[in-house]
Amino acid sequence: MPEPLLTLSGVHTHIGHYHILQGVDLAAPRGELTMLLGRNGAGKTTTLRTILGLWRASAGGVRFDGQDITRLDTPAIAARGIAYVPESMGIFAGLTVHENLLLAAREGPLRDERLEWIFRFFPPMKKFWDLPAGNLSGGQKQMLAISRAIVEPRKLLLIDEPTKGLAPAIIQNLIAAFAELKKSQTTILMVEQNFHAARSLGDSVAVMDAGRVVHTGRMADLAADEALQTKLLGLSLEAHQ
Amino acid sequence: MITTLLSGDRMGSRALTAILAAIVLALAFAPFIFPGTRALDVAAKVCVFVLLVASYDLLLGYTGIVSFAHTMFFGIGGYGVAIALSRMEVGWAALAAGTLAALALSLALSFLIGLFSLRVKAIFFAMITLAVASFFQILASQLSGLTGGEDGLTFRIPELLRPRLAAYYLVFGAALALFLALLRVVNSPFGRVLLSIRENEFRAEALGYRTVVYRTIANCLGALVATLAGALYALWLRYTGPNTTLDFAIMIDILLMVVIGGMGTMYGAVIGAAIFVVAQNYLQAGMKALSESLKGAPLLPELFHPDRWLLWLGVLFVLSVYYFPRGIVGQLRAVR
Repeated sequence: MPEPLLTLSGVHTHIGHYHILQGVDLAAPRGELTMLLGRNGAGKTTTLRTILGLWRASAGGVRFDGQDITRLDTPAIAARGIAYVPESMGIFAGLTVHENLLLAAREGPLRDERLEWIFRFFPPMKKFWDLPAGNLSGGQKQMLAISRAIVEPRKLLLIDEPTKGLAPAIIQNLIAAFAELKKSQTTILMVEQNFHAARSLGDSVAVMDAGRVVHTGRMADLAADEALQTKLLGLSLEAHQ
Repeated sequence: MITTLLSGDRMGSRALTAILAAIVLALAFAPFIFPGTRALDVAAKVCVFVLLVASYDLLLGYTGIVSFAHTMFFGIGGYGVAIALSRMEVGWAALAAGTLAALALSLALSFLIGLFSLRVKAIFFAMITLAVASFFQILASQLSGLTGGEDGLTFRIPELLRPRLAAYYLVFGAALALFLALLRVVNSPFGRVLLSIRENEFRAEALGYRTVVYRTIANCLGALVATLAGALYALWLRYTGPNTTLDFAIMIDILLMVVIGGMGTMYGAVIGAAIFVVAQNYLQAGMKALSESLKGAPLLPELFHPDRWLLWLGVLFVLSVYYFPRGIVGQLRAVR
């Protein structure tokens, strides 16, 4: 397995009085797409938000690219090359597609070749370039959220349920786009409930339950082992489609 | 050329373009179109309030900051010029010293308020600014030796600005230049970040923006422009007092002008200020004429009695907010 770009060691996170993450140990290998699976309420989204500093870890440590980022604030963490695509897509509805992408371009003006690369994955971004993002459809908003995360090369993408609530045809497009994106050797940590997407895209996998990682391994191995799926996730992954 | 001047900020509606052009032309040629000192007074007040409301829109409409300290900065500008021109030898040096001192004080205060308060929730920030503004109002009233207390300060202005025409064009030119500068700010990458903060602060942070820094800079910029508006108003009136700058009623007026014109549009400041100031000054006279023309009719002359102008002004605002929830500019852009 490649050396991890991101490592979480015994991470605990409290939200108010609730103890959500209860000692998460997780590694995202460099250049791979790691799937984070688990039942609703297992702590997957909280894990992503804790990595980005949106929730503070109350104990444990997060190391990224060889450095401890546990106590850094969100802008400092993002500036180290981590992009986040939240479950709610996180676009700025009042700004145009163009402006949304400009906001994410921290290294200077948008580069034409990078835009063409993005338009190849997501043609509607070119078509609706000057349209307010709030006017886009659900699938297009998700495309914009992902485009924003990759508008400049990032070391790590944190992506939360990108296929949630989308039509099957759009999910297929997204899976194809992520497959293309993987070729760029970007490290991705993705929360996903859609098994078809998880099986198609995941290199490695971590399964969470009750605020802990209860299984790590290769995605292909989990996909092939129905008994393990039932044990870890309560039912076969096929049923999640 | 015009697009460059407006920093590429599209009007998005022909009706809006026509209305804005009419207001700007009316203000530019006000001394020649509208005879009498009162008309010129109203035109100058419109110019000052366009600037003041636009600077407040930078906070409220573009950044989502609810501040009640805007009149304090307006007052600092007015008092800076008034104190300098009444205590130093009347001239450009005194004017510059007063303006610069006021700008420095506003910058320091807005920076401190921003740094210590913009981390807290919006409602607490609003309360803190309200408390600071009230304190400043009391301070201006108590330090009567310096500020003239409740009576305020009357002063003379440099020789060149004494003709009303010269003073008017200074107010008009400065207001226009500063308004265009604000348009440049909101259409810059900085302005885009402000809009993203208004929409969702956490998302902006997740993109790597330190929102407290951006909000503090916006707070300081808004305060500096409000200070300059206060200095211009003092120069025009040749007087500064609590009622012309620091009164909380002015803060309410600014809020109404932003809402009526359209939040987060900048052009809304022009329309909101023009409608509001003109209504404040001419509604009473209009109602007097209407009341007299209705003499003999039952109830109506009483209903439109000039003394009830504030009631009708209130009705006009309620109707405008009801029918133009996005402000006049937002509504005009929606219908194209």
